[in-house]
Amino acid sequence: MSLSDLFTEIIIDHYQHPHNHGLIPSPTHSSRGYNESCGDDIQVSLIVEDNVVKDAKFSGAGCSISQASASIMTDLVKGKSLDEIKELSQKFYEMVKGENGEPGEEMGDAVVLQGVAKFPVRVKCATLAWHTLEEAIKK
Amino acid sequence: MIRNNIKSDFPIFSYWESRGKPLIYLDSAATTQKPLRVISTLEEYYSQFNANVHRGTYELSQIATDIYEEARSKAAHFINAPQPESIIFTRNATESLNLIAYAWGLNSLKEGDEVILSEMEHHSNLVPWHIIARHTGAVLKFIRMNGDYLLDLESLKKNLTRKTKAVSVVHVSNVLGTINPVKEITALAHEAGAISIVDGAQSAPHIPVDVQDIGCDFYAFSGHKMCGPTGIGALYGRYDILEKMEPFLGGGEMINEVFPTTSNYAKPPYTFAAGTPNISGAIGLKAAIDYLEEIGLKDIEEYEMSLGDYAAHRLAEVEGIHIFRPHTTGTGVISFTIDNVHPHDISTILDSEGIAIRAGHHCAQPLMRKLQVQSTARASFYLYNDKSDVEALASALEKSVSIFSPRRINVVK
Ligand SMILES: Cc1ncc(COP(=O)(O)O)c(C=O)c1O
Repeated sequence: MSLSDLFTEIIIDHYQHPHNHGLIPSPTHSSRGYNESCGDDIQVSLIVEDNVVKDAKFSGAGCSISQASASIMTDLVKGKSLDEIKELSQKFYEMVKGENGEPGEEMGDAVVLQGVAKFPVRVKCATLAWHTLEEAIKK
Repeated sequence: MIRNNIKSDFPIFSYWESRGKPLIYLDSAATTQKPLRVISTLEEYYSQFNANVHRGTYELSQIATDIYEEARSKAAHFINAPQPESIIFTRNATESLNLIAYAWGLNSLKEGDEVILSEMEHHSNLVPWHIIARHTGAVLKFIRMNGDYLLDLESLKKNLTRKTKAVSVVHVSNVLGTINPVKEITALAHEAGAISIVDGAQSAPHIPVDVQDIGCDFYAFSGHKMCGPTGIGALYGRYDILEKMEPFLGGGEMINEVFPTTSNYAKPPYTFAAGTPNISGAIGLKAAIDYLEEIGLKDIEEYEMSLGDYAAHRLAEVEGIHIFRPHTTGTGVISFTIDNVHPHDISTILDSEGIAIRAGHHCAQPLMRKLQVQSTARASFYLYNDKSDVEALASALEKSVSIFSPRRINVVK
């Protein structure tokens, strides 16, 4: 287990300069996720039109992995349909748990979180934003 | 004096050393490591003396009962309780505190009665009272904490009224290392006609405790935080109060006579001992107390405090660190945050260097809010730690700072 697999430049950059940070004033969908064990707290808000995500933002605070994951995720889901997102989130969970081999191209920048698989205690941090997103689109 | 080679009493260190991954264990506030003495006592008990207690009519059971009861006497002596019968064995401090809340609180509190806690309580001295307050209509009040992480006794005095029925306070904070003046708090509680409850989970392992000197009515502690096994804890209760209390759990062992629809109960401590107890745990706890007493609690306290002070000074040199520890008193617990490095990330970086610390809210969410942080990192030292551990910690923290040092903007498109 090497730290540089986890704290990559890209992850630290997303953590220090998160994309899509903030709240959408009147979202069509939103949800809050909380990781009891470490206190990470994330709010995801979305504008969904015709089953497609037009805008996505997140707010809250937490560790580098949870924040970078949320930053990358909100970039990635814009323009995707809700069905695509559901599929993508499953693939993301598999990737960070080290299941099912190499991630496909559809993971985009999220591949930088692949290293989390070597740090089982951090899987929850990486998945918090995605679980929160799934909750939001379920509503 | 703490022996130089004390680490060798604890097999876990040589195990990891031999695997080429030396363990620097700084999470003793969560649970402590176990000396070989305690580990072998468990093996000895199971391979030589195992039988159920208090009900056998044969010699082996009598032996098991005798050593189990010796453990109770030992625990009583350890905190200077007036008699062994005032010690109830539980699973841990949490169960001890719940026992008070349910067996005393549920039956003694009425609507409008008040229970005073403090702003630095562990969830185990909060949530049971939330439950009991909901059942009884009792009201919870809080002793405030000042800027130096000490309890403000003026706010206790202001809160104490004729409605106050109990004051329940943590002796040593698991986050701040603050040693609270429980003797003074108890005296104030008694003056107002309230009982005094002390959460000793973080004091029994680290400082000499004398419940008669403190004067408290209840004192709760956990075996696993003081070199003993998990699953054993104790509650000291003033005997005349225990005698008036209803049982906590019902079943075997705690009864006198049972009829189809009613029963009457055994005397304390057995009133609170339903079911087969954790016999090996109690015996392991006795071995742990023997071990700590041989070293001497006074020496452990002094050693830890000076190591804690040393660590606080050394860590203060780390760039961007904020340490939450009182200036005047403090045990070997050091909670901190570092600007721009999240506690969870600190913990991962330290883990890669073989250093175990805790990151999170430490089961003290209200205190985290009061400190205006989401979480902290916490290093907690015990008798098997030394200055070299502090040095390793400090340099790993410096590494954390450099990994998260501010970057050029726009590495990512
Ligand atoms: C101050 C304090 N009280 C109570 C407890 C609860 O102890 P246990 O988990 O052994 O029941 C702890 C443990 O973290 C503690 O630090």
